[in-house]
Amino acid sequence: MTLTSDTAPANPNDAGYGTFTIGGFTFSRDEYFATITWPTGTHQLAIDVFLRALQRDVAWGFFYGIVNFDSVFGTVNHYGNVDMFAGRFNDAYRRAEVDYSENFTHDDLMACFQSMLKDWTNDGYDPFAAPQETGQPFGKNNGSNDAAVTRRRVVADRMVSVPGDEQVRTDDMGFPVNRGFADVPQDEPIVEVEPGYEGDVAAYNLFKYISRSDVTWNPSVVSACKESLYCPTSEEFILPVIHGNDRVEWFVQLSDEIQWDVEDRDTGAKRARVICKAGDVAAMPADIRHQGYSPKRSMLLVWENASNRIPEMIARGEISPRAVDF
Amino acid sequence: MAGYTTVFGSLDNYEKGRVIIVDDDPKAYVFSNIFEVASMSKPYEKVAVGKNLEYVLETIRCEGTSEWRVTPHDEFALVMDGTVVVELLDPSGQLVDPDANGSIGLDGEPAGTRMGRITASRGHQALLPAGKCYRFHCDAVGVILLQTIEGPDTIYRWAEICQTEA
Ligand SMILES: [Fe+2]
Repeated sequence: MTLTSDTAPANPNDAGYGTFTIGGFTFSRDEYFATITWPTGTHQLAIDVFLRALQRDVAWGFFYGIVNFDSVFGTVNHYGNVDMFAGRFNDAYRRAEVDYSENFTHDDLMACFQSMLKDWTNDGYDPFAAPQETGQPFGKNNGSNDAAVTRRRVVADRMVSVPGDEQVRTDDMGFPVNRGFADVPQDEPIVEVEPGYEGDVAAYNLFKYISRSDVTWNPSVVSACKESLYCPTSEEFILPVIHGNDRVEWFVQLSDEIQWDVEDRDTGAKRARVICKAGDVAAMPADIRHQGYSPKRSMLLVWENASNRIPEMIARGEISPRAVDF
Repeated sequence: MAGYTTVFGSLDNYEKGRVIIVDDDPKAYVFSNIFEVASMSKPYEKVAVGKNLEYVLETIRCEGTSEWRVTPHDEFALVMDGTVVVELLDPSGQLVDPDANGSIGLDGEPAGTRMGRITASRGHQALLPAGKCYRFHCDAVGVILLQTIEGPDTIYRWAEICQTEA
């Protein structure tokens, strides 16, 4: 493996950006596009689309299963090592046998992606923000936005607000209420604790917490029942990746509306459109990929089973790709 | 510039979405609505609306006072509608195997020490701690979404609550 660039690229191109090579893949950017080449092909994505997807793949540690940046390029997480692919989940590439995939250690690919994200993100552009809430990513190299691209991911051990665990968001912590949630009540539950039980009697306002998220499409853990994780997130515009499942995932729409475009995980053939409104609950089967559209900032509870046994159990046919057979 | 109106659901006012099929079986999406499920439930029935192997999400219609229950592991109650009071009690003995899954109902009020009380309204999430007892009370009608593990009182009625036709 060669990693030919760092935060200050030694040989910036005409637009001022570094070029990154890892294995057979090379990434370069110009004023409008990311260009990806591999031994058998080449591909381009608009730089805003690419950076938004790259930001999620980095922040989520390659997430569960497949992160498709678009219908051609993406990563498959094997938890410790990662496949980076072109055309692997694209029916035409597969049939023409021009798809390409290469395996990397988690740490090597993460280091490459982090360097690229840092170098290619300009001052004033936040890939986590909704498009209306940030500047443009286009043009020549114009500084950086390290604070935005290296945010800490919230992972509660037990539950947000429990003493010693992740804490609630406040104005003072730099988390004002988002413009899209200005009408969301900011009250807190009444918690009356008997002496000695402070660590076990806890509650907080989850909707207030989500209303103060400064990012979009970034599930973070607020409560954990063993390996069952509540991962709420605030959503606006389009999910920047097409998430291919290696396990069943559930959505609880807490507010407003998201429409999900659901495709076959392997071929990309359309399977369904799922319209989720407040209070709706829907499963995403383990053999699909999905991308959400949220016209107004909305609250989504993503519910995950983090057990590392699941992908193998599904691959071996021991459990159904469906959440429930009824 | 006009502001935004955030739409939450409630028992009195919810609109259910749907699955629009291109080429699939709608049952694959196990699509239901928490408020619709609660509107069809008896008080304190634990109706699964989500299941991922042993883990479940239960919709609970809160109305009046529930029985006391004890949980072997942490559970989390998210109030989706109404105002619900959660009473917590530390039992004087071990009432449940800590390796068991799901909460179990108790006869009457268990002996032990009161730990405290949480009054939670829409959007509030409360910890129901492992090894401890709890009960719910709601003066009117409320709805809880419970993050837990399948237990003896989990109720499955998928065919009644989920979209089955395209
Ligand atoms: Fe997903």
